[in-house]
Amino acid sequence: MAEKKAAANEKPRIGVFVCHCGSNIGGFVDVPSVAEYAKTLPDVVYSTDNLYTCAEDGLASIREGIRKHDLNRVIVASCTPRTHAPLFQATCESAGLNKYMFTFVNIREHCSWVHMKEKDKASKKAKDLIRMGVARARLLEPQEEAKVEVTPASVVVGGGVSGMTAALSMADMGFPVHLVERDGELGGFIRNLNNLYVTEKSASETIKPLIEKVKAHKNIHLHLNSQLKGVEGFIGNYEVVIGTKGAEDLKAKVGTIVIATGALEFVPEGLYGYNQYPNVVTLTEFEILCKKKTLPKLKNVAFIQCVGSRGQVKSYCSRICCNVAIKNAINIVDNYENMLGLMEKSGTVVEKIPVETKATDEIMERRRRRRGRERGEEGEAEEVKLGPSEKIEVTVFNRDVMAYGVEHELTYNKAREKRVKFVRYTTDHLPKVYMEGNQLMIAYFHETLKLERTMPVDMVVLSTPLVGQPDAGELSQMLKVPLGQEGFFLEAHVKLRPVDFATDGIYVCGTCRGPADITECATQASAAASRAAIPMAKGYVQAEALTSVVDETKCSGCGTCIQVCPYGALRKNEKGYAEVIVAACKGCGCCGATCPEGAITMTNYTDAQLLAESRAALEEV
Amino acid sequence: MAEAQHAISEAKHDEKAGSWEPKIVGFLCNWCSYAGADLCGVSRYQYPTNIRTVRVMCSTRISPHIVLDLFKAGADGILLGGCHIGDCHYISGNFYTEKRVRLMKKLLEDAGVDPSRLRLEWVSASEGEKFSKVVTEFTDHVRKLGPSAVKKQEAAKAKVMAADDASVTFRLRALVGKEYNLETKGNVYKNTLDKAELEKLIDVATMDEFERSLILVLAKGKSRSVKELGSIMEVPTDKVLRHIVVLRQKNLISMEHPEGFTPTYRTIEIGGEQ
Repeated sequence: MAEKKAAANEKPRIGVFVCHCGSNIGGFVDVPSVAEYAKTLPDVVYSTDNLYTCAEDGLASIREGIRKHDLNRVIVASCTPRTHAPLFQATCESAGLNKYMFTFVNIREHCSWVHMKEKDKASKKAKDLIRMGVARARLLEPQEEAKVEVTPASVVVGGGVSGMTAALSMADMGFPVHLVERDGELGGFIRNLNNLYVTEKSASETIKPLIEKVKAHKNIHLHLNSQLKGVEGFIGNYEVVIGTKGAEDLKAKVGTIVIATGALEFVPEGLYGYNQYPNVVTLTEFEILCKKKTLPKLKNVAFIQCVGSRGQVKSYCSRICCNVAIKNAINIVDNYENMLGLMEKSGTVVEKIPVETKATDEIMERRRRRRGRERGEEGEAEEVKLGPSEKIEVTVFNRDVMAYGVEHELTYNKAREKRVKFVRYTTDHLPKVYMEGNQLMIAYFHETLKLERTMPVDMVVLSTPLVGQPDAGELSQMLKVPLGQEGFFLEAHVKLRPVDFATDGIYVCGTCRGPADITECATQASAAASRAAIPMAKGYVQAEALTSVVDETKCSGCGTCIQVCPYGALRKNEKGYAEVIVAACKGCGCCGATCPEGAITMTNYTDAQLLAESRAALEEV
Repeated sequence: MAEAQHAISEAKHDEKAGSWEPKIVGFLCNWCSYAGADLCGVSRYQYPTNIRTVRVMCSTRISPHIVLDLFKAGADGILLGGCHIGDCHYISGNFYTEKRVRLMKKLLEDAGVDPSRLRLEWVSASEGEKFSKVVTEFTDHVRKLGPSAVKKQEAAKAKVMAADDASVTFRLRALVGKEYNLETKGNVYKNTLDKAELEKLIDVATMDEFERSLILVLAKGKSRSVKELGSIMEVPTDKVLRHIVVLRQKNLISMEHPEGFTPTYRTIEIGGEQ
């Protein structure tokens, strides 16, 4: 049926449908008298009560009321608009009434259910609420929902695993993608890593095919040594400026933006002798040493977990470091001799700690026997296979080992089988790293023995958390997307919209939204790509007619509204007045309440409507 | 204070008659506090029937004008409900709500209305029980304060009218609109301003704007001398005169022909309005 356009100046003809909701309302509110009262209100031409307005016969009575009484406004007084408004709005539309001419009055959750022992007062309140609804309905105007075209192209910021995966997914779907990477090569954080846990394959070998695919893909425009320099626009219609070192800025039109800028490792300055004693390194520095085969000769290695995380400096658990430390512990045990070399750190050769290359035969013999016994193996110690690892003792000082999931638990068990020692510490007794003469030492409190112990070590590896990029704030301001307290990007909804931003058309994945391992980054990236593809595949977005409206005759162009809008949905037009970008506006009304000239109001929530509705509550009846 | 006393005695009078019930309007944001009120209903937590709720998308939608207009119209209490700080569906809406509520309360105070007649509460979608507690407690509180003096006393109404007028002045709206960003992101030079200093500045501006608006309300349709205005407003005459100088510069008030040696002033009314 063609929609009947209620002209703004058409005299209101309001129909009120009061619902019994079985006995949910009817049991505590005198519904017939409320419906009767509604007839006395201005511009109400029809009023009735239904046993269940949301049932088919109830909906039919709305449609019939609209037709028979030529209603141009409908009020349903029943439950909550948060669940039932779409149903009644669709009913109005099916009878040719613009859905914005519908008003919902809540007399169940906000009345009958909370005043179950005061039927008179509850009935009076229901009448008041309907009077308020009528006052609002009289001022309603039909609204058109704006349709905004979406440019089917995307820009992905960050060329790590997340960015590459997202770019590749969208490129495979046929959308042109600009992939912007700050460094001169792809790969991101993973380029530091030696091998990857669970698969134990080399990190660079693992991502090589991904990098090759990205480089070869015809839909991917790769911008290395580049950064996002500017963004303007809104969902479907972004214009981004990509700045490349030594080249002119490139402007590109895209419909969506995916943020995958990754994270950095926390630098534990001043903690556990970092930068103070030689051979105290972070987990990532350790990986680099392993990868470059530049480890010094070691006999005792200690990992300290949760350095700077879980309430020490940062509040959160970085979630990946337990597994990374376990992986590295196993690596050293299994593969130590392959990673030996001269250790270099930031260009200077770190003093090597002299260590004995060979334990005495006697000690070795004792160990062989002990291990044989512990494994329940009979016979001589010679039967136990000894790798080069026998020289290495690995201790992981931890607060808890969070080896979650099936694979990680198995890896943890494997580490224990390989005689990696896990020693628990608490925040009351943090381990201490110090030098005794030329020897690096760790002092710790043994929680089981309840004893202070010391241990000589040759290297201390500090597991520090991932932290947000230091310049994430600039990107956050440029895109008007929020950063959380810890400097990671904040998604729209922690459970239900984990890769969306609250701003439409911008998506987030990977470690820039919090610590994650490579599997998780790839998962998030695929999700973000698929979310970004929705408006691009559809070709348009429809904006709910609940947006700001600027009255140019009142606007002074002061720009306060632009400052307060969390979505960047306001800008100055060529005349210098504020202008609403309808597709970007979410209708919160902040600009309306802020505008110093009172030049901004909201469709469907005008000042006049709000005042009429609330003033009606104060009327004496 | 005298007015509060008066209001309380008035309340006692009305209670004897058994007729007065507090009229309370609640503005609830769709995503948290309205949903919390829904859950309160679903869970059958009971509360007094006095509150009439209006749904808005975000608490940030409620401008000082909306609240003060309702007080002008005789509301006994107004409850604003929003999402908890940090949980706003619109990211930062409730930061601005907080700032505006501070202004509203200051204006109410200047106008002689107990600012506790306005209450801001954060109620999440899962805090159904909290909603019932908040409404019960607030209704009791307003009942103790008694009926708003606005309906019965012209002087009280004039003050609330002035507070409402002040709330829509460019100066206050611009100051409070920029307050949050000045505090957190800084001015154009990226210098953030000290919260306490900024509040002090806004409070002074609020008092000024309120007094100027009150002069305009009092001198509307009635020519008044500085001395007269000063005594009604309980403001020193030199301060009244300073306000009048500003108002004359803005062409909002005119000097009438002096009678004897005393000039009088009358609010310039824009043609057609009221």
